[in-house]
Amino acid sequence: MKAYWWKILAIVLLAYTIIAGLLIDVPRLPILNETIRALFFHVTMWFGMLLMLIVAVYYGILHLRSGDLVHDDMAVEFTNTAILFGVVGISTGMIWAKFTWGDYWTNDPKLNASAIGLLMYFAYLVLRNSLTDVYQRARISAVYSIFAFAAFIPLIFILPRLTDSLHPGNGGNPGFNAYDMDSNLRTVFYPAIIGWTLLGTWISTLRVRYRRLERKLEDKLINQ
Amino acid sequence: MWKEIVLLVRKEAVLEWRQKYAINGILLYVISAVFITYLSMGAGKGNLGVPVWNALYWIIILFSSVNAVAKSFVQEHQGRQLYYYMIASPEAIILSKTIYNTLLTLVLALLGYLVFGVVFGNPVADQPLFLLNLFLGALGFSASLTMVSAIASKTSNNGTLMAILSFPVLIPILLMAIQVSKNAIDGLDREINVDKIITLLAINAIVAVSSYILFPYLWRS
Repeated sequence: MKAYWWKILAIVLLAYTIIAGLLIDVPRLPILNETIRALFFHVTMWFGMLLMLIVAVYYGILHLRSGDLVHDDMAVEFTNTAILFGVVGISTGMIWAKFTWGDYWTNDPKLNASAIGLLMYFAYLVLRNSLTDVYQRARISAVYSIFAFAAFIPLIFILPRLTDSLHPGNGGNPGFNAYDMDSNLRTVFYPAIIGWTLLGTWISTLRVRYRRLERKLEDKLINQ
Repeated sequence: MWKEIVLLVRKEAVLEWRQKYAINGILLYVISAVFITYLSMGAGKGNLGVPVWNALYWIIILFSSVNAVAKSFVQEHQGRQLYYYMIASPEAIILSKTIYNTLLTLVLALLGYLVFGVVFGNPVADQPLFLLNLFLGALGFSASLTMVSAIASKTSNNGTLMAILSFPVLIPILLMAIQVSKNAIDGLDREINVDKIITLLAINAIVAVSSYILFPYLWRS
């Protein structure tokens, strides 16, 4: 029970997110209308992605300090899940944008920044695949992931604030600023972030265990 | 430490001078790229709008500096790298390479600017600001490209990897530099650019510091 309480919490929170997210009263705003519910499924993806990237960078640093492959497993799987969340986030965002801003892709700094971030992490995967030695792969990809993260942070936090954006919090778009204040939305929004992040952690840890089993099996085959 | 860096930078310059084909090749690369752009645009002097001038210029600088810096770790073969490993500290190596590549990128950018100005006409109103921005851009480019070329040199297909690893990392620097250079061309009030230049400096600092911290780990493998 001790070990998997958070998995139950994830299921409960996500069930709550889906049910309450689709049923609660939402503020009726012009243009947005009911699509504001996408908040629980789109914006939360980015929070989950960022949190998981931070975890991945943390394990990358641990790996560089210790040289232990155990940390590399965590780093790569958390990055993989973060990429999955990023892709889901960008596609849900595109659908939402089609309904509210009228186009799948608008020239919005946040959209562009997130697309660039995804390019960065796809490059990370290509880099990993082009290295054959396990230890070298772990070390070099950890170096790149920390380096890319250091470049990614100014990209998503600083650049959008310097130019106009359709997103709330920057630029002028009156239809959007109201939901920042709505406590009804918050009661679902924050649990949703925790729920999705826990789901991401669950996926990652499952894949880490699979990876470790695979390595054990390989070692056994080689050493028999 | 500083003596070591000065020595290493001088070594890079001497090496470059001895095998002139590399530097001449990259200079010619810039000139041909500008000329190809000129012919493809089919535009005479002054026909090019400012945003297009600006974007074309920076894209050419981007590609030539990726090509110029890509060789900084690749060109030296394993034996020599091992030799440096024994005599120099990794911090000195990354700093000296970054300084040298900054100079190289700056030369490229200035040459590109000159040729661009000759064939397309020179619309820049605020020269000092444009040149300052060029310097900051070159610094940021070379700081991130040196690190990426160190990463890419460890792999087998480093040409492609160099490009895909560096482009996303370079984009924030490129975007800031393009915005400032646009304002410099239009000759807008310098006040507007202060926070953009500070942002550019901050991004450069982040990239430079993280490559300074991370390079020793890369060097060891």
